[in-house]
Amino acid sequence: MTTVPTGTPKRRDISPPSTGGPAPTGRRPMTASRRANRAGLAFVSPTFLVVLVVVVLPILWTVLLAFQDAKLVDIQGMSLLGNWSLDNFTQVFDSAGFWSSLNTTLIYTAGSTAGSVLLGLIAALALRTPFRGRGLLRAAMLLPYVAPVVAVAFVWEVALSPQYGIINNWGQRFFGWDDPLAFLSTRSYEVDFLGLHFGIPLALLTVIAFEIWRYFPFAFLFILARLQAVPDGLEEAALVDGATPTQRFRHILLPQLMPVIALLCVLRFILTFNKFDDVYLLTGGGAGTDLAAIRVYDFLTSRYDVGAAAAQALVLAISLMILLGLYFKFFGNKVQEES
Amino acid sequence: MTRKAALTRAQFEDRFFGVLRWVVIAFLAVITVLPFYYMVLLSLKPIDALLLDPGSLWVSAKDFTLATYRDVLKSTDSGGQGFMKFLINSALVSLGTVLLTLLAAVPGAYAVSRLKFFGRRQVSALFLAVYMFPATLLAVPLFVIFAKLGLSSSLFGLAVVYVAQTVPVSIYMLKNYLTTIPYSIEEAAALDGCSRLQTVRKVILPLALPSLMATGLYVFMIAWNEFLFALLFLAAEPDSWTVSLGLAQLSNGIEVSKTVLMAGSVVLTIPVVLLFFAAERLLTEGLTSGADKS
Repeated sequence: MTTVPTGTPKRRDISPPSTGGPAPTGRRPMTASRRANRAGLAFVSPTFLVVLVVVVLPILWTVLLAFQDAKLVDIQGMSLLGNWSLDNFTQVFDSAGFWSSLNTTLIYTAGSTAGSVLLGLIAALALRTPFRGRGLLRAAMLLPYVAPVVAVAFVWEVALSPQYGIINNWGQRFFGWDDPLAFLSTRSYEVDFLGLHFGIPLALLTVIAFEIWRYFPFAFLFILARLQAVPDGLEEAALVDGATPTQRFRHILLPQLMPVIALLCVLRFILTFNKFDDVYLLTGGGAGTDLAAIRVYDFLTSRYDVGAAAAQALVLAISLMILLGLYFKFFGNKVQEES
Repeated sequence: MTRKAALTRAQFEDRFFGVLRWVVIAFLAVITVLPFYYMVLLSLKPIDALLLDPGSLWVSAKDFTLATYRDVLKSTDSGGQGFMKFLINSALVSLGTVLLTLLAAVPGAYAVSRLKFFGRRQVSALFLAVYMFPATLLAVPLFVIFAKLGLSSSLFGLAVVYVAQTVPVSIYMLKNYLTTIPYSIEEAAALDGCSRLQTVRKVILPLALPSLMATGLYVFMIAWNEFLFALLFLAAEPDSWTVSLGLAQLSNGIEVSKTVLMAGSVVLTIPVVLLFFAAERLLTEGLTSGADKS
């Protein structure tokens, strides 16, 4: 350990034995707690400093930037409190595609979250009891989660390619597809089904599938850990009572798993809502996958419009907070109770 | 009568889920392993073989080639893609991030798990709240600050950004482990005359070694795999590209064949997967510790 926090508590801090008269009661615990207090602050300060400098201050600055007309070129000479205006926000709200991108982000996030948690749950249930090779499969199942996003995005891109991808090749060979499907560049795939004609947002569904595939191992890990902590007695009792597997799941396991599932949903929702790289690498934000996070990146890099990028990022963060606020207002108490 | 019906239902369900379970297991094995097999497979054949038969799941002996790897790893001076250099860059950034993150996170995690101090609840809430902020929100100001400081194209700057991304999770993981170390051990050390700092260094840290390793591994994984900040900060500086960025840039070049791209993907994936398999149990336990109580 090289970070010696400044103001390391000294042992000399112990209050000198009080002389004369009965010691005031409660003095000793007071000083002990004060020492713990001081040591706690000392230990936490390096961490706090890092978080303050690299996270809190930048976030505050984003808020400032969002209200300023800031282009990257003239940011050098800009004072911290330049000209305030709401131009960036009007620009963000008025720009074509803002609302649709927010909408896309919501669908993408909700679909990916629900899908990855559900698949994680199914996987955890299937791998719950031991079988030969379970350890190996469990480790292999974490591959999508630990592998670098750039690498797996390219594998998907190649596999889904209409020209040389294995999916289209097999689809045409074994499933009788008429034409190769351009999974990652089809905004709307027209289908006729039972006389109905409608479009499927193919590219969006594909990136959602990718996200589910990539993050279900995360849910799987947490749910499996919780499953293994369920007391055996509970299920044995239900078994003796003649409960079927679905009944046992519905009435014994699910209530036990609910808190961790709720936590996973919130966590995955937050992380997916802000996701940038997965979709950017797969589609570049085209074909109906224009997520809000990708728009922030576009503002920043293609137009060097720092102010608009900050405003857009802020709008994104605030939307997320509103959603989370709503969630905790309606479900928060329940989650709190159960945890 | 009803009793019998219930029994057959239980039997039916037992049988049905017994079969379904194996279907699910097979499905999971296919979707998780096949993409990686496909990646390695494509990296081992020349592009013509891929275009000729896109649906094949193996490589014939006459097609087998390692030229793709040679092309990817060779330095740009000798006509390759220079991934050797990118690998070194990635390793430097990731190891630096692990070191800095642990230095910043260990004291904090200790304080939050052990010491009752003013604002403890707020501090742990803050660390978690930080985790909730979007990387894109951080990207804007950091991009500007780094441009100002002239750090925008340095590996060190990148490592600092990664620390910000990884400190909250690290504190969370370490904290969960530290709370399981009995307090009496610390009291014993204190009785023997250790100061608080000595106790942490000589007693707590050795005991927390598995958790430190798990956290370090997780941080390494995040830093090695990261793409957005590398793209923002280093895109103009080919000498400091990480492997992720190098691969993404490589894919933009039209003259690079897909099989070479797959070789690059394998090169990018192998270090982190090897590390992961070496310490899989450690990592999963570190990540999920506390989940069973949640």
